[in-house]
Amino acid sequence: MKHLLAIEDLSRAEIEAILDRAESFAEVGRRDIKKVPTLRGRTVVSLFYESSTRTSASFELAAKRLSADLVSLKAAGSSVDKGESLKDTCATLSAYDPAAIVIRHPYAGAAQLVAGWTEAAVVNAGDGKHEHPSQALLDLFTLRRRLGSLEGKRIWIVGDVLHSRVARSNLIAFGAMGAEVTVCGPPALIPRGIEQLGCAVTHSLEGLGEADVVYALRLQRERMKESFVPSIREYAAHFQIDSRRLGPRQLLMHPGPVNRGVELSGEAVDSPQSLIAEQVASGLVVRMAILYELLASGGDSAAPVEGEPERRPTPIGQPA
Amino acid sequence: MRSGEGAEVVLRGATVLDPVAGIEGVHDVVVRAGRVAELTAPGAAAADGVEEVEAEGLHAFPAFFDPHVHLRVPGQEHKEDVETGSRAAAAGGYCGILAMANTEPPVSTPADVEALREAAREAASVPTGFLATVTRDMEGGELTEMGALRDAGAVGFSDDGLPIRNARLLRRALQYQQLCGGTIALHEEDPELSGDGAMHEGPVSAALGLAGIPSVSESTMIARDAALAAYEGARIHVQHLSAAESVDAVRTAKAAGVRITCEASPHHLCLTDEAVRSLDPRRFKMNPPLRAEADRQALIEGLRDGTIDCVATDHAPHAAEEKEVPFEQAAMGVTGLETAFAALHSELVLPGTIELSLLVERLAGGAEPFGIERPTLAPGSEANIALCDLGAEWTVGEEGYESRSQNSWCAGLELTGRVLMTLAGGQVAYRLRSFSLGVAA
Repeated sequence: MKHLLAIEDLSRAEIEAILDRAESFAEVGRRDIKKVPTLRGRTVVSLFYESSTRTSASFELAAKRLSADLVSLKAAGSSVDKGESLKDTCATLSAYDPAAIVIRHPYAGAAQLVAGWTEAAVVNAGDGKHEHPSQALLDLFTLRRRLGSLEGKRIWIVGDVLHSRVARSNLIAFGAMGAEVTVCGPPALIPRGIEQLGCAVTHSLEGLGEADVVYALRLQRERMKESFVPSIREYAAHFQIDSRRLGPRQLLMHPGPVNRGVELSGEAVDSPQSLIAEQVASGLVVRMAILYELLASGGDSAAPVEGEPERRPTPIGQPA
Repeated sequence: MRSGEGAEVVLRGATVLDPVAGIEGVHDVVVRAGRVAELTAPGAAAADGVEEVEAEGLHAFPAFFDPHVHLRVPGQEHKEDVETGSRAAAAGGYCGILAMANTEPPVSTPADVEALREAAREAASVPTGFLATVTRDMEGGELTEMGALRDAGAVGFSDDGLPIRNARLLRRALQYQQLCGGTIALHEEDPELSGDGAMHEGPVSAALGLAGIPSVSESTMIARDAALAAYEGARIHVQHLSAAESVDAVRTAKAAGVRITCEASPHHLCLTDEAVRSLDPRRFKMNPPLRAEADRQALIEGLRDGTIDCVATDHAPHAAEEKEVPFEQAAMGVTGLETAFAALHSELVLPGTIELSLLVERLAGGAEPFGIERPTLAPGSEANIALCDLGAEWTVGEEGYESRSQNSWCAGLELTGRVLMTLAGGQVAYRLRSFSLGVAA
């Protein structure tokens, strides 16, 4: 694996290798000294063109836990503000010879473009409404710990699927691991033709009881201004996951940040069924695993060991 | 077009095909003083010291006419200009092109038209006509001085690049057309339905997370404007049809007697939205967008049954930096003049989807909708000839482009069929370098 650009590009075996690696990092996380020297002397660039809390924080912490040197750039306050093109920014950053570039960008395909312009491994930390593969991997990791296998499990993704890169990556990832995925939301927020990605589509929560996992998506309050929904109140009446709709044996997930009282009721967020805090914790170890797989694994699957000799990345990647 | 000597040439033993004129056979094509003097039996024409082109095994067609080209002048000469754009047309076998008016500033005054015609007289390789905008500066607010623009030489009118949102304003233009003539060419799109869409709305846009442009964005506006044209008895031409619903709308209007013609582009006839999965905006981002396979099939059917009158490239050059950005941010449009014949020959004729004669007819079909005589090989007509090698295989872009821009949707494709020589407006407008060297030897 040379880059991580889209879940769509990964085989089930590649996904499982990353999840297995993340397990070993979870073990490292329980030690007193949580840092490993794997990426010592190598540089990771974190390039965020959109605001982000958990994704940028966890990637940056992941790089530090792996002993990499970190360059962290936000669009605001950098040369991007001054109109520099993505390609030129890439050329500038490449001068620092980074081992990896982690990029979040408001438009689809940005990470793929960067991959064509740099020698570094590129990690897509969200490109427009297209994909958010590290989120999908951390969600798989979280669920695997709870459920073991996802084979045959029913997962409902509920809410604003149209504007959600998480929905796209996750429905592909859940499907790849053998789950049956249903997307649910108002018709204007379900993209036409989404069923061809291998999911069922419904516009009502009526059948929600069948779900083993309910994955709620954030509804941005601006959506009502564009008439995607008539009002937040009406949306909540039809699609909010609350303690009445959520069964005791169902698991609840959300990529964050939550709009309490919109897509989730406050009590659902804080309910014992909620995995939201675990998702955040998984984010760190999964992102460590992603950087490790891209930069240090050399293709084998040995667990990281403290004091392990450094290895160069595979020079020519397998198809990403 | 630049003035020059009328061509004097004999195309020896060419396979001549002009389906509209009913000409099909192997002939010497004798061109004297820029006109087709006669078609003789192969080897029968006297050379009389003029250039002879060994054309055995090559095809001579009426040269093509493209009613939809962006020359980017004035204001965007970094993308294209009259010289480079018309040279690209000549290289594609075209004997005439119409340039769109959505320049910077738009072509909205008689002085703008006069300046462009002067530029064409100085620099154009093929006869080049200019459209003026329907609304002043393409702002959709008031009509241009359509009469004065026609007097200055505007071939017709179009706000191409933008639809005319206001139905009342379009109605006024259609009424005014009775006074001044000039076909009104329409970019049909409902901007509210298109929104910030970047590609066709369907399973591929759903998978890529790109905002979609639904097919009905185009077809509803065509239905509206066909109704307005019918009501006013006016003459309209619908640009770049992309959707099956649009073909139906035009077919219905034609059956009802509306004076409506339309065009389809080579990229819409050859590609679908599946190509956008690559997220390569240089080759696959344009407006209207590449649509689904069913839409492509409907366009082909429209080409066959005459609903679609002509092929038009919508040649839309853009500089590299305007395309080397994420898909949603990239400029809309691809170039097409240099590859239209080769692409359609490779993708539609060779697999047997359409006949060669139909392709030849539709590639020259863009003149008549604008009141321009259709190019023909009938003896006595002005020499407008595309000499093609149907067996020539070439890789697009390998030898560069005549156009100033490289955003060809065919970039890197291996195509079969190539224009070797073009006569346009009675003059030799183009010779493929390797072919002319061959002739010299």
